[in-house]
Amino acid sequence: MTIGLSQALGLVLRRELLLSLRRPDQLLQPLVFFLIVTTLFPLSLSPELSLLRDMAPGVLWVAALLAALLSLDGLFKADADDGTLEQLVLSGIPLGLIVMAKTLAHWLLSGAALVVISPLVGMALGIPVSAFGTMMLSLALGTLTLSWLGAIGAALTVGLKRGSMLLSLIVLPLAMPLLIFGASATDRAMGGESPAGALYLLGALCVLTTTLAPLAAGAALRITLE
Amino acid sequence: MWTWFYRLASPPSVYALSGRLAPWLLAAAACLIAFGLVDGLAFAPPDYQQGDAFRIVYVHAPSAWLSTFAYMLMAVAGAIALIWRIKIGHAVAAAAAPIGASFTLCTLLSGSLWGKPMWGTFWAWDPRLTSELILLFLYFGVMSLRQAFEDPARGDRAAALLAIVGVVNIPIIKFSVTWWNSLHQGATVARFGKPTMVASMLVPLLVMFAGFMLFFVGVLCVRLRAEVLNRERLATWVREAVAT
Repeated sequence: MTIGLSQALGLVLRRELLLSLRRPDQLLQPLVFFLIVTTLFPLSLSPELSLLRDMAPGVLWVAALLAALLSLDGLFKADADDGTLEQLVLSGIPLGLIVMAKTLAHWLLSGAALVVISPLVGMALGIPVSAFGTMMLSLALGTLTLSWLGAIGAALTVGLKRGSMLLSLIVLPLAMPLLIFGASATDRAMGGESPAGALYLLGALCVLTTTLAPLAAGAALRITLE
Repeated sequence: MWTWFYRLASPPSVYALSGRLAPWLLAAAACLIAFGLVDGLAFAPPDYQQGDAFRIVYVHAPSAWLSTFAYMLMAVAGAIALIWRIKIGHAVAAAAAPIGASFTLCTLLSGSLWGKPMWGTFWAWDPRLTSELILLFLYFGVMSLRQAFEDPARGDRAAALLAIVGVVNIPIIKFSVTWWNSLHQGATVARFGKPTMVASMLVPLLVMFAGFMLFFVGVLCVRLRAEVLNRERLATWVREAVAT
């Protein structure tokens, strides 16, 4: 039986979402981690809202980056351990497509969820409500890009025993431009300026990684699973 | 048609060729760097704005150029090895990575020494500086990924892929001074039209560029020999080469 590409994409996506939704505790962990990390900053720096407001975009982005890294570690791990990944590789479906489905599922349940709860954190850190739209849009574009970058890192380190540290070492330098544009977009919106420039750049990065990262991550999987 | 190339790219001939080239390259590099340093530090006129502090450029600019050149070489060698399965490419990439990382570190250190008198600070979170720092982290990532696998062939291929992905950072470094308002000055030598530097300052700089380049290739040859020996340690030609 042969199946079409879009059908394959849908099937893998559905499987990933189902598998993740049946382990709700694992879904909540990155979100709780995100909340805890953002709590650390007021505790360690100063609870003064004026000071927090200045640092809020950066804090938000660093926390999102760390939470994404934590959850990306397991992107291919479970499937690689029980041999599902090898079966998927052998199935004849282009590997880039499988990576795309898995990463999209991962983003829907971690990145998008993070975007949804970000106003809560924004409120606690004193970001004005007028900047929430920019903040959420930049986080949405940014976390998706991050998921693509992380998919490359996770594919490169999937066979390793202590891969999580290396994953951070690989992904963080690549994610730095993201951090710069994402934080500056929110920063500008808070200052009443137009965040368009930074948002366009984030969008460009998102398109670039969406098109190229699945191919790179697919090639990486082929190397590490060989 | 390509048989000569494959013969040339085989480990024994690379080992022999780089062994023959290395002393010449390093000797020429020593001469050029010595000339460039004396000419640049003692005879070139001081800058009208920066005074004598500008002379750091004679170390800083060539190392910066080599930090990106070594990265590109590493990525291209890795790509060649991935695509055509020429395994010497992995050896070249593995040999080039630590040298490139050293040049990157040298660029950052000499740059911050230059920044203190000119900008009043050792470090600024400036696009050029930050992207160069990211380059250093990328080198570390590629180097540790190569070491992380028990199967060295797999580590080689994974590192090559990461190096290729990291190439996106190179144009960012190059154009960071054009795209953003940067503290770092713009291009003065590699630009269309005439360089904006007088000849008495430019000549020692070009000599230093050539000297650093030869130094890089020379050290690469030496490191490549060690790398090839280590990789081929079970082959008979290595036993014969070591025995004689």
